[in-house]
Amino acid sequence: MLPESGGIDVFIGTVRNATKGKAVLRLEFEAYEKMAIAEMEKIAAEAISKWPIQRLLIHHRTGILAVGEVPVIIAVSTAHRAAAFEACRYVIDTLKQTVPIWKKEIFEDGEVWVAAHP
Amino acid sequence: MNINVLAFGIAKDIFGGSTVRLELANDATVYNLKYSLENQYPRLKQLASYMIAVNNEYALLGDTIHESDEIAVIPPVSGG
Repeated sequence: MLPESGGIDVFIGTVRNATKGKAVLRLEFEAYEKMAIAEMEKIAAEAISKWPIQRLLIHHRTGILAVGEVPVIIAVSTAHRAAAFEACRYVIDTLKQTVPIWKKEIFEDGEVWVAAHP
Repeated sequence: MNINVLAFGIAKDIFGGSTVRLELANDATVYNLKYSLENQYPRLKQLASYMIAVNNEYALLGDTIHESDEIAVIPPVSGG
């Protein structure tokens, strides 16, 4: 942490145990790694150009995750908290739209690729 | 020309594998690629949407395709 830092906003995504009332056993994440990293770098560059960011971390896991485990962490440090809150929100929201990572929800009676079908 | 198309997520289930070989006209565009993919794999049309990436960048329908390009089908993403 930098002495000039006045605040660090950390978003930690965790695997929920249910979706629309249906019990989720686990999630399986997959990435198009090269492009995922490239898109994350674009998001970071955009955030750094929009806010006075001192430190920025984007972390995303792939593979099989059980309920309660952590697929994604975003951390932003800035001199003043407003920028940290806004930038952190921007990064996670944009990651969910552009980064080529996919999750499959595994239920007792089957599995679903999230957002695949209307 | 002959191209390899990478598939991820539900596209891998639709193709039955992580890559698919496709024969395209030499001056084919992303639009032509989507057209022939959908002919061969109609289930693609039931997806909410899907993008095509060329060399790790989201491509526009009018972009032309080259045999050396790395091409991937990108179903709706769901990271985070």
